[in-house]
Amino acid sequence: MSGNGGHKHSHSENELRAEALEAVLTEKGIVTAEAIEAVIRLFEEDIGPMNGARVVARAWTDPAFRARLLDDATTAVGEIEMVMILEAPLVVVPNEPGVHNVVVCTLCSCYPSGLLGISPSWYKDPAYRSRVVREPRNVLSEMGLELEPGWEVRVWDSSAELRYMVLPERPPGCDDWSAERLAALVTRDSMIGTGRPRLPSEI
Amino acid sequence: MDGIHDMGGTHGFGRVSPDSDGPVFHSVWEARVHGMGYALLAAGGANIDAYRHAIERIAPRDYLSVGYYGRWAIAMETLLVERGYLRPGELAARAAGAPVSSGPVDVAPEPPANGFFRDVAADPRFAVGADVRVRNLHPAGHTRLPGYVRGKRGVVTRVHRACILPDTNAHGLGECPEYLFSVRFDSVELWGDQAELAAPVSVDLFDRYLAAG
Repeated sequence: MSGNGGHKHSHSENELRAEALEAVLTEKGIVTAEAIEAVIRLFEEDIGPMNGARVVARAWTDPAFRARLLDDATTAVGEIEMVMILEAPLVVVPNEPGVHNVVVCTLCSCYPSGLLGISPSWYKDPAYRSRVVREPRNVLSEMGLELEPGWEVRVWDSSAELRYMVLPERPPGCDDWSAERLAALVTRDSMIGTGRPRLPSEI
Repeated sequence: MDGIHDMGGTHGFGRVSPDSDGPVFHSVWEARVHGMGYALLAAGGANIDAYRHAIERIAPRDYLSVGYYGRWAIAMETLLVERGYLRPGELAARAAGAPVSSGPVDVAPEPPANGFFRDVAADPRFAVGADVRVRNLHPAGHTRLPGYVRGKRGVVTRVHRACILPDTNAHGLGECPEYLFSVRFDSVELWGDQAELAAPVSVDLFDRYLAAG
């Protein structure tokens, strides 16, 4: 590998390394191509933000489920039939009037991938990881989320094997919506805490 | 270790570049590396703590330039070499077109971790509401103690079950489970008078990182 200051490594260098790695892993019998492809398929087809959206929509419509979710999210999400990998215990933190939550992993890029799928690139980049613990309001503002003055912003640094997900507040104007319909309002970023759910008028 | 990976609170990385939801994987090689990482861990080629520590040991200039999945690939090579599955330089030779030097190897998998929680006999040292202070620890090996909370005072907000200790497990020194505490730090305690107010940070910290505050 040849580091070259601030320049990005060319994709071809990463591609060559990845191809060589897969060749030696499979030819030596350490992992199979089928196992690699099964993981890719799982994340391309079955696991993603739509899973978290179902959890949030259920919590918005079922107060008893919401209570179980906030008490023991790892167990509660199992009540919903969907494909997920519970690779780590899950903690769900609720937004409420006056309190906004946002999730980060400053040491690597821990994320509830088994539920929400692959994390966005910016979540893994140095700018977000370094800054959101020190200046969360500035970072959220740059990302288009302005918090009301006087609100508390709670930052959760996933420094151990717990994974954090934000339970956003239900938007106004959808009181009579079903959980299935509500799920369409729930964005990936609203479950990280860097955005809000869509408004009914936005879908 | 005090390394480039320990980014919390550091300056100089510029603005966040938000993206849209986009495709799940941005390129084929990233998807393949993602699949390889999960498959290697599932096959017992390494535990997650050793894997994270291999990422942390990437030279800082490479850590910053190869991107997320580039780091995964380098870390996998490091682990495979350290465990004797690959010779140093073998991967680069392969990338340059050389044939694989040896046939199948006997993988001696580590048993799957079976979760992270463990039962320990002792009671937790701290209860919810306890004042704690983070010890001034600088181990050269793996740790999950972010540098920005060292020496800082906080309050325990949640007591979790004992968990596998990454500091030992990454180095093959056993699971050594310890209680895990969620600790909330006031923003002024962390960042001084210039801090954004009403912006507490919660960090999950193992028993050995903490002293009564």
